[in-house]
Amino acid sequence: MSVAAATEAFLDVRNLKVSFPTEDGVVSAVDGVDFSVRKGRTLAIVGESGSGKSVTAQAIMGLVNRKTASLSGEVFLDGEELVTARPEQVRSLRGKRMAMIFQDPLSSLHPFYSIGKQLVEAVRVHQDVSKDVALKQAREMLDRVGIPSPDRRLKDYPHNLSGGMRQRVMIAMALLNSPELLIADEPTTALDVTVQAQIIDLLRDLQKEFGTAIVLITHDLGVVADLADDVVVMYGGRIVERGAIDDIYYRPEMPYTLGLLGSVPRMSAGETSRLEPIPGQPPSLINLPKGCVFRPRCPYHELVPGNRCDDERPDLLAVTPDHAVRCHLEPGQRREIATERLGAYSGQANAPATTGTAGMEEK
Amino acid sequence: MTAVDESGTSEVLRREDALLRVDRVQKYFPVTGGGVLKRHVGDVKAVEKISFDIVPGETLGIVGESGCGKSTAGRTVMKLLDPTGGKIEFEGRDITHLSRKEMVPLRREMQMIFQDPYSSLNPRHTVGAIISAPFKVQGVKPARGVQAEVQDIMARVGLNPEHINRYPNEFSGGQRQRIGIARAIALRPKLIVCDEPVSALDVSIQAQVVNLLEDLQDEFQLAYIFIAHDLSVVRHISDRIAVMYLGRIMEIADSEKIYESPRHPYTHALTSAVPLPDPKAERARERILLEGDLPSPIDPPSGCVFRTRCPKAQQRCADEVPEVREFAPGHFGACHFPEEKHLIPVSVA
Repeated sequence: MSVAAATEAFLDVRNLKVSFPTEDGVVSAVDGVDFSVRKGRTLAIVGESGSGKSVTAQAIMGLVNRKTASLSGEVFLDGEELVTARPEQVRSLRGKRMAMIFQDPLSSLHPFYSIGKQLVEAVRVHQDVSKDVALKQAREMLDRVGIPSPDRRLKDYPHNLSGGMRQRVMIAMALLNSPELLIADEPTTALDVTVQAQIIDLLRDLQKEFGTAIVLITHDLGVVADLADDVVVMYGGRIVERGAIDDIYYRPEMPYTLGLLGSVPRMSAGETSRLEPIPGQPPSLINLPKGCVFRPRCPYHELVPGNRCDDERPDLLAVTPDHAVRCHLEPGQRREIATERLGAYSGQANAPATTGTAGMEEK
Repeated sequence: MTAVDESGTSEVLRREDALLRVDRVQKYFPVTGGGVLKRHVGDVKAVEKISFDIVPGETLGIVGESGCGKSTAGRTVMKLLDPTGGKIEFEGRDITHLSRKEMVPLRREMQMIFQDPYSSLNPRHTVGAIISAPFKVQGVKPARGVQAEVQDIMARVGLNPEHINRYPNEFSGGQRQRIGIARAIALRPKLIVCDEPVSALDVSIQAQVVNLLEDLQDEFQLAYIFIAHDLSVVRHISDRIAVMYLGRIMEIADSEKIYESPRHPYTHALTSAVPLPDPKAERARERILLEGDLPSPIDPPSGCVFRTRCPKAQQRCADEVPEVREFAPGHFGACHFPEEKHLIPVSVA
């Protein structure tokens, strides 16, 4: 990977829309999503269930069923457009230039075939090599992802392995053809923290070595803080805030982002602090509110004059070149609220970190 | 039980006013050979001599990796499973060997909240029937009538009382968990065992339910056993925390101590593995990576069960089972070579 290649977007998603017609109405799961990822960088997509984060990933990978869903917008992988590309073309890229890791390895591995057989097939779909060569590659990759005695494991079946081992096998399978883009959909959610830490380290090491672009999809703000360079916050199928990692954690502006940050217990929190949840439920994607999608759960909508939050969809507007927010509140108001809210839950937390960040928030 | 056990592990914090006292409780599941005879070939020691107590209004968190026996521990002290050994006392009364029938009156005092709000509610029963079931089972007739009482409880847990005739499928995951909580508090119990009560919920909903549990605790002086794998949630809600590994309690102490000055290497590794939702603190975080996987509970390692993954393990750890001892007042653990005090730089300056 050259330095020049690293400065331009390897994955570029523009105005991506995915909707599913159902008996009850059209579910617009993803509605106009834009983002890009460079090589060697990690973009995290954060959101709750129904935010559209997984559908976005599936759309990029060409895994959305075109018979049941309508898809529009553009997805460029190293300059090649995928939404209008022929399915065979996308299939040839999938597993080779882009690969995906799923949350549940047990349902993503075939129960009847040995690990070795599945890995060999993954190699031979994209490379014209003999079985022996493919097996050697599979063995090396198992070793790379930290699986002890890989020779024995090649003969094992998925049910012989522990959850962490299966997740490693899936990562090994995704990495077999050295993809340049790796999409990880909740890669550690099903794992214990000790195993999660091993998998996170593995992803980081592999990225360092191969310069992989990673799209990390998760709801775990701890994992995001650990791995991501940039963050996209999704709600109701839209990006509601986007920024560099420090923008999102220390200078968030969208009330939903503030709500998410207030909902997670801080490991260093004192006994007295109370969580500040977001009231209400995530929206139904069938009958989305006419105005701001977050309006029904937003405690600040009354600050915006003229019912704009009810009537008008806010645009995703840049506050700095890297940081964009979708909210009708005035930037000054948003920062005031954020400072107040952040003070409410970061006063006790992160003693070394807060001193640095508090100053930034006041600017 | 041998004499060594008698003198060894019993001295874990015996508080006078304990609501529940658990003393060296064991739960084994027999492993049988194949074939018709079902020969007994061994035991899965799911819970091995755990001891703790809980006072009214207190929350004891139980943490550990999957398969460490934390759920089995919760179910055993609730007497939903019969303990293989040890002693369970509730309000000073030995309940270890009570039959199912004898336990029924006690169920008014101890209740349970489950992880999965989708499978722990009967889909064919209305919310009203689900929440009022404890009244029926216990033969309790609320003074104002069952319906008024149920609606009162629904309002208390944040459900709309007008939805009393709806079915569980008409509610979201967070609301279903509220139904489960309503059922658990209907008889005003003294102790509730919460088994992963928020892990199936979205982050924003999780916080709502955690706050509700805290409010109910304040209002009714409830004691909780809070079993979860999410260490930050457990820390947030718990007064004391027990750390389990392979069926044993490795360390038990006030939650501040568990996180700020853990003495057992396993606790240290476990708490250091949690990613912090704060990028700057996260970049500075020091981690102890554990090698390998959990050993099989059928054939646990000799001596200290953690020694196969312990960065500090020595010969003595393989030869000798470490006894539970008191590292500091109220701070107990089982380790031959505990960490020094305040090994972790205290993050609260």
